[in-house]
Amino acid sequence: MSGTTPVNGSAERFHEDWSRLLSADHGIAVHPGLLGRLVARTAALLHRAQLDEPFQPRLAAQAGAELVDAHFTDPVLLARAVELLQSQPIGDDRGPALTGAFAAGWANALRERTLSEQEAIRTAADAARKEAERALRASEARFRALFESAAIGIGIGDTDGNILAVNKALQELFGAAPADMVGRRVGDLVHPEDTPGVWEAYEELISGKREYFQFDKPYYRQDGEIIWTHLTVSLIRDDDGVPQYQVAMLEDVTDRYRLQERLRHQATHDPLTGLPNRAAFFERLEKLFENPEPGARFGLCYVDLDGFKVVNDSLGHDMGDQLLSAVAARLKAALTPLGHLVARLGGDEFVVLLENCRGEQEAVAAAKTVLKALAGPVLIGDHKLAVGASVGVLERRVSTTTPGAAVRAADLTLYRAKEAGRGRWTLFDPKENARAVSRYAVSVRMPAALDRGEFFIDYQPLYRLADGRMTAVEALVRWRHPQLGVLGPDEFVTTAEETGLIMPLGRWVLEQACGQAAEWIKQYGDAAPQLNVNLAVRQARSAALVTDLGRILDSTGLDPARLQLEITESTVVGPEDEALRTLHGLVDQGVSLAVDDFGTGWSNLAYLRDLPVSGLKIAGSFVGDLHDPAKDGATGWRIVSGLVSMAHTLGLNVTAEGVETRKDAERLREMGCDWAQGWHFGRPVRPAEIARRIVEEPKGRPVEER
Amino acid sequence: MRRPSWVPEGTDLDKPNAARVYDYYLGGSHNFEVDREMARKALALWPELPQIMRSNRAFLRRAVTFLAEQGITRFLDIGSGIPTFGAVHEIARAIRPGAKVVYVDRDPVAVAHSRLLLEDDPDSAVVQADLRDVEDLLDRSEVAALLAEGEPVAVLLVAVAHFVSDDENPSKLIATIRDRLPAGSALALSHASLEARPDQAEDHQKLYRMTPTPLTMRTNQQVTAMFAGFELVEPGVVPLPRWRPDQPGTVGEHPERIAGVAGVGFRS
Ligand SMILES: C[S@@+](CC[C@H](N)C(=O)[O-])C[C@H]1O[C@@H](n2cnc3c(N)ncnc32)[C@H](O)[C@@H]1O
Repeated sequence: MSGTTPVNGSAERFHEDWSRLLSADHGIAVHPGLLGRLVARTAALLHRAQLDEPFQPRLAAQAGAELVDAHFTDPVLLARAVELLQSQPIGDDRGPALTGAFAAGWANALRERTLSEQEAIRTAADAARKEAERALRASEARFRALFESAAIGIGIGDTDGNILAVNKALQELFGAAPADMVGRRVGDLVHPEDTPGVWEAYEELISGKREYFQFDKPYYRQDGEIIWTHLTVSLIRDDDGVPQYQVAMLEDVTDRYRLQERLRHQATHDPLTGLPNRAAFFERLEKLFENPEPGARFGLCYVDLDGFKVVNDSLGHDMGDQLLSAVAARLKAALTPLGHLVARLGGDEFVVLLENCRGEQEAVAAAKTVLKALAGPVLIGDHKLAVGASVGVLERRVSTTTPGAAVRAADLTLYRAKEAGRGRWTLFDPKENARAVSRYAVSVRMPAALDRGEFFIDYQPLYRLADGRMTAVEALVRWRHPQLGVLGPDEFVTTAEETGLIMPLGRWVLEQACGQAAEWIKQYGDAAPQLNVNLAVRQARSAALVTDLGRILDSTGLDPARLQLEITESTVVGPEDEALRTLHGLVDQGVSLAVDDFGTGWSNLAYLRDLPVSGLKIAGSFVGDLHDPAKDGATGWRIVSGLVSMAHTLGLNVTAEGVETRKDAERLREMGCDWAQGWHFGRPVRPAEIARRIVEEPKGRPVEER
Repeated sequence: MRRPSWVPEGTDLDKPNAARVYDYYLGGSHNFEVDREMARKALALWPELPQIMRSNRAFLRRAVTFLAEQGITRFLDIGSGIPTFGAVHEIARAIRPGAKVVYVDRDPVAVAHSRLLLEDDPDSAVVQADLRDVEDLLDRSEVAALLAEGEPVAVLLVAVAHFVSDDENPSKLIATIRDRLPAGSALALSHASLEARPDQAEDHQKLYRMTPTPLTMRTNQQVTAMFAGFELVEPGVVPLPRWRPDQPGTVGEHPERIAGVAGVGFRS
C-alpha cells in the first residue's frame, strides 16, 4: 500500500462520480451489491494509481480489465471514464499515462473477452450442428428401418412418375427384385380392372391438386398373378410447397378381395347351373328402372321346361339336376352372345332379360332362340332326353310398368303359352293379363282385402308448366297382395268393377285421399296441392256417389274447391245418360271434374262440350309415342298441340300425362299446355314425399332445371 | 402438424437469431455477422433498444432475487437464451445456495452454449424444447423432475412469450404449464409492449420476421391476461423499470418509454 495521503474530499468526490458512472446503463442490470463492490474495488485501484509512488500504470489497467469482466463493454462507458479520469487533479504529470493505461487495460480485456466469446459461440454452433447431424442420421436410420421393415408395401416416386425406391414388403408383394421395379414408371402399373377415377386422382396428386388418395387397386405381379391392394398415395412437397415426391403405401388385400368375390358370387349365382340367381336377376331388372332413358324398353322371356316333372319323378333328382345344368348351358351359349342375361329363377324356371330392347320383334326372336336351343335332345348318361319349353314374352316401355308387375305379367303370359299347348311362345297382352290376374288371384281375395287393410294410396304430383310449381296430386290406389306383391290400379280395378267391389273401394279411396288433402291444407295452407281422385264408370253411375261425397267432404273438412274428380271418356255415353245427372250433382257441391286418359277411347267431341268438366288430361301414350322411333315425331307433336288448342277452345285446363323428359316438358310449356304429369316430374310416392316437396319447393322449380 | 421430436430442428446460421441478437444489444460477442447486421438495422430504427434489453435483464435479476427471497429454490427458465452475464442460477444461489435451475430454449446454438457453460454444474440442466409444444416440453425428464417433487417452482418466461404468435395462443400454453405446477409456484414474465412506441412497433416486428422467431408485441391488458390463475404481486404488470426497482431513483426518467412490461404472480 502507498504511504501518500489522499487529497481530502477529492477522493470522495471521485468515488461518488465513479459510482454514478457505473450505475447508469449497463449498471442497472447488475446486482446492486455486486455493483457496489465493483465500484469500491475499481475506485480504489484508480485511486492508488493516482497517488502511489512510484506510479504503477498496471493498477489503472487492472481497473479497466475488471470493468470488462463485469461486462461493462460499452465504448461509451470508456469515453466517460477517460473523461472523468482526465478531469482529476493529479499532482505530477502521470495523468495521461494513467488514463492511457486504464484504456489499454479495458481494451485488452475486451479483446480477450470478445475472442473467447466468439470462440465459445462458434464451439456452441459447432456442437449444435454436430448434434443436429447426429440426430438427423439417427432419424434417417429410424426412417430407413421403418421403411425397410414395414409390413406394408411402400414405394417412393418422383412427380414425373419414376419409381425411385421400393421396400422389401413391396418387392415381396410384387414378387419382384428391386431392379424390376426401380426405374419403372408408375403409369406402367395400370390394370384393366382399375377402379374408375384412380388415374384421374393420380394425375391430380402429382400435379399438386390433391394431397392424397385411397383406392382398392389390382396389380399384376411379376409372375402375372393378380394381387389386390388397398392403396394410399400421398404427395410430399418441399419447403416452398412444390410437389417433390409421391409415397405409395400398399396393403395386400387379395385374400379379403377373393373371399368377398366368392361370397358375392355365391349370393348372386345358382350353385347348380352357375347362372345368375333370382336375386341377381331382380337386381339387374330393378337397375333398369332406376334412371331409364326416355322411351327405354326392355324385354323378358319367362321360360318353363315342359315335362320336367316327369323326368324328375321317373329318373330321379340326380338326372333332373343334370338336365337342368345342360339346359342352363345351352341357354347361356345361345343367348349371352346376343347380350341378354339368362338367370335361373328356381325349379325349372329360367328367365331371359333383354336390356335396351329395340322392340317386340327382338323379344320374340329371343324366345324363338330359346326354343331352338332346347329343340335337340339332351344326352345324359345313356338317356337321350327330349326337352321342350314354353315361353312367356313381355316387351314394354320401362316407364309403363314396374319390375314386380312385369315379372308377374311375364309369368302369367307363360301360363297362357302352356295352356295353348306346349313348346311355344306367347306374347303379353294387357287385357289377357288383367283377366289372368283377376282369374288367378284377384277376385277371390279382393273382398277381404279391404277389411284387412291391404290397400294403400300413393300420390303422383302434377306440375304447372308456367311457373314450375306442384299444383295438384293424383291419388293412386295400390294393393299390397300377399302373394302377388304390390298391384297397381290397372291390374285390379277392372275386376273390382266387375265384382262391384269398386263401390266400397272407391269410397275408401275418396275418404282417405280427402283426409290426406285436408291435412296438407291444414299444415301448409295455399301451398298444399289440389287433390285429383279417379272415378270408376260404375261409381259415376251410382246415385249414392253424391251423398257419399257430401258426407266425406263434411267429415274431412276438405274445401270442395280443392278436389277434382277424374272421369273417363266412357263414363258418359250420350246426352240422355243418367250419369250426367250424377256429374252435375257433384259439380253442384263445388268440386271440379276432368276427363282422364283423353284420346284413348272413342271420343265424341260434341259431348265433351256438354259435360260439366273443367279439365282434360291427354293420355300418356300421345307424349310417349313421340319417342317411338317407328312413329313420326313431327306428326305426334302436331296431334298433341292440336289437342291442347282444342281443349283451350272449350275453356278447359290441359294436363299432359306421361311426360318423361325435360325437353318434352319445355316444348309442352311453349305450346301453352297448362299442367304436366309423368316421371320427369315424379312418380307416385308416399304422402311424406309430397309433404317434403311442398316444403322444399315453395317457389317451385323452373321446368328447365328438372 | 408439429414434427415428431426425434426429427431434429436445423441449425440455420444464415439467419439472425433472437438469442444472439439480444446478446449483441447487451454488449456481448456471442453473435455472428448476420445477427449484428439485423441488430444494427433495428438500432437505427430504435436506438433505445440496448436500454430496453438492459431493463429486461435487470427485471430478470430483480424477479429471481425476489422469488428466491420468497423461498423459491427451483427455477424453470424458458427461453433462457445465451446467459451473457448474471445467469439465473448465479443470481438465485446468491440467496439460495444449491438452487436448481432448468434452462430451456428452442435454439440449438443457445442450448449448446449453455451446456458448455454448465457442464460441471450438477444442479442445473439444459433442455432443447419449444414452448409452443408445451406438452413435449413438460414431459422432458429434466423438466418433469423439477416439477414433480412437490417444491414450488418459479417459471420464468422472460422476453420469450412475444415470440409466440396469437395463433399459437400463448395464454393457453401458459395455462397448461400452470396446471402442472406444484402449490406455491410462481410465474415471472416480461413481454415486448405495444404501448410505448406504437409508431415503431410495426417496423420492429417486420425485422423479426427475418428471424426464425417473429415478434408479436402486445398490450398491457393482453399481457395481464396471461397471468390468469396467478395472483399478481405488487405492482402488477408495469413497464420494466417500474417493477420493484432497487431504489426509487433507479427507475429512470421515462419508464413508460421502455417498450416492455413485466410482472410476477403466484399460483392462486
Ligand atoms: C430475447 S431472448 C431472452 C433470454 C432471457 N430469457 C432473457 O430475458 O434475458 C429470447 C429467447 O427465447 C428463445 N425462444 C424464442 N421462442 C421460443 C420458444 N418457442 N420456445 C423456447 N424458446 C424460445 C430464443 O431462442 C431466445 O433465446
